[in-house]
Amino acid sequence: MDNSNVDKGRRRFLTAAATVVGGAGAAAGAVPFIATMTPSEKTKAIGAPVEVDISKLQPGERMIEKWQGKPVWILRRTQEMLDDIASQNEAVSDPASEASSQPEYATNEFRAREDEYLVVIGICTHLGCSPSFVLKDGDNSPVVDWKGGFFCPCHGSRFDLAGRVFKGVPAPTNLVIPPYKFISPGQLVIGDDSEAA
Amino acid sequence: MANIEKNIIDGLTGLRDWVDDRFPLMQNWNEHLAKYYAPKNFNFWYYFGGFALLIFAIQILTGIWLTMNYKPSAAEAFASVEYIMRDVSWGWLIRYMHSTGASAFFIVIYLHMFRALLYGSYKKPRELLWLSGMGLYLVLMGEAFFGYLLPWGQMSYWGAQVIISLFGALPIIGDELSLWIRGDFVVSDVTLNRFFSLHVIAFPLLIFGLIGAHILALHEVGSNNPDGVEIKKNKNAEGIPVDGIPFHPYYTVKDIFGATVFLIFFFGVVFFMPEMNGYFLEHANFIPANPLKTPEHIAPVWYFTPFYAILRAVPDQLGGVIAMGLATNIFLLLPWLDRSPVKSTRYRGWNFRCALTLFIISFLVLGWLGMQPVTPLFTWMARFFSLVYFAFFLLMPFYTAIDNDKSVPDRVKD
Repeated sequence: MDNSNVDKGRRRFLTAAATVVGGAGAAAGAVPFIATMTPSEKTKAIGAPVEVDISKLQPGERMIEKWQGKPVWILRRTQEMLDDIASQNEAVSDPASEASSQPEYATNEFRAREDEYLVVIGICTHLGCSPSFVLKDGDNSPVVDWKGGFFCPCHGSRFDLAGRVFKGVPAPTNLVIPPYKFISPGQLVIGDDSEAA
Repeated sequence: MANIEKNIIDGLTGLRDWVDDRFPLMQNWNEHLAKYYAPKNFNFWYYFGGFALLIFAIQILTGIWLTMNYKPSAAEAFASVEYIMRDVSWGWLIRYMHSTGASAFFIVIYLHMFRALLYGSYKKPRELLWLSGMGLYLVLMGEAFFGYLLPWGQMSYWGAQVIISLFGALPIIGDELSLWIRGDFVVSDVTLNRFFSLHVIAFPLLIFGLIGAHILALHEVGSNNPDGVEIKKNKNAEGIPVDGIPFHPYYTVKDIFGATVFLIFFFGVVFFMPEMNGYFLEHANFIPANPLKTPEHIAPVWYFTPFYAILRAVPDQLGGVIAMGLATNIFLLLPWLDRSPVKSTRYRGWNFRCALTLFIISFLVLGWLGMQPVTPLFTWMARFFSLVYFAFFLLMPFYTAIDNDKSVPDRVKD
């Protein structure tokens, strides 16, 4: 074939234009493939609030409920536990929960609507394990002078009985408090805090 | 009789020629086997590439058969694995071959990589060979990670939860990215289903393609050898390297012998200790996944533990994730970090020899630490050995440049 009188500039332009348009088409074609991996409508719908009966929960006891597939802990704290929390403001890295995630009504020292009840998502803010509940006088205290709290077996993060993270551990923030409300004494709703209920 | 023999040979030759006119059969046979000249001084360390290929074949074969009975749903996965183990004829054998194959794959790949460090096989002109191999290693890690979720045991579940959360620790895009990987707000049926798809289709195809690229790159530049001498620099009148021997039959026979010995060990594990005392199949994975409770002691499978120990050594979330990512990917830079003109440790100076020894020790200790619970002493040990690990790479341009290397001979030693 005779290529001597080919307009090379024109050929280059056509090649470049076809590449750009084709590339844009391929990029647009990738969108549905990427989007199909985001949570589906059905997945998003499963997040309904759960109602929990806490009337039988004794002081010092903890129960676990499942909400949105995650463990939610409900801990009924004794006065001694509350005193222990207050005494550790120096040892935790975000005592006032300024950098942590919780509803406004739980942005306080005890991170709760009512001081007695801690309602918290039991997923470590580091890499998502569920910490264990370790009492003050247990023989498996993670550190000396342990005042009770939560210890993550995966990477050693420690939290106090208000879910506040201690200094010097890998977890960056306090445990997350979900939206919740009491609909009557002993009846708790997790996942809904609207007043009009 | 002689006539019949002649007729058969003529017939087969005719068939071969017929194919050859239509497909590059003999051309490829010669290029990659009969006339691929490999150095004559290969030793024990040169078995592992072939073993890796063999294990890949075992994994594909057993994987296809496992897929016939496995159910990728959160409700049924755990029970379907038990069904394979108890009720499917020979199902236990297929599954144990697959689970043992996973660990064997990493053993063989780590030894294969060690060989490259030992003899400088990553150095010029084999940079792309090294990069394609590293690509294979990283994809294999993904493949193993996806596969580990499928039995839907406690370790499957919480291991996946932790690894996906690693991506969640990235700034800005982290939350969206981990949500996209899971397809749900927690590791769930949705996650299991897509991991199954990636494990049985996407990643095996990637591995297959990368193996092809790896072998093509190898056959383009030629194999390195324990002396680190380029055999292509010494060719005879026919253009054949004087220190080379045809891969077939010399090394095919060597590799078949090696494969036989390897399979004896492999099936020794499959038949007598498939759980390898909790190292190949972790005890906690015999409990069905429970999203409400993390096992008391959680550790990844052994082949991830050096990187896991590095992750835990850093007392900062993002810092730990970055250190872990760096530790797995820093191998990619090796060809450019190493400034020594000498390939093989046989002729390299003591700087590199000591550095490599310290690196291997730190890799093994970190691997052990990654299986232990978190204690202050272990954390400090992990920090120390993480430093050694990174120093091997980051200081390499300096200690290799001033190393007292010996002179390399022109020919391989007999």
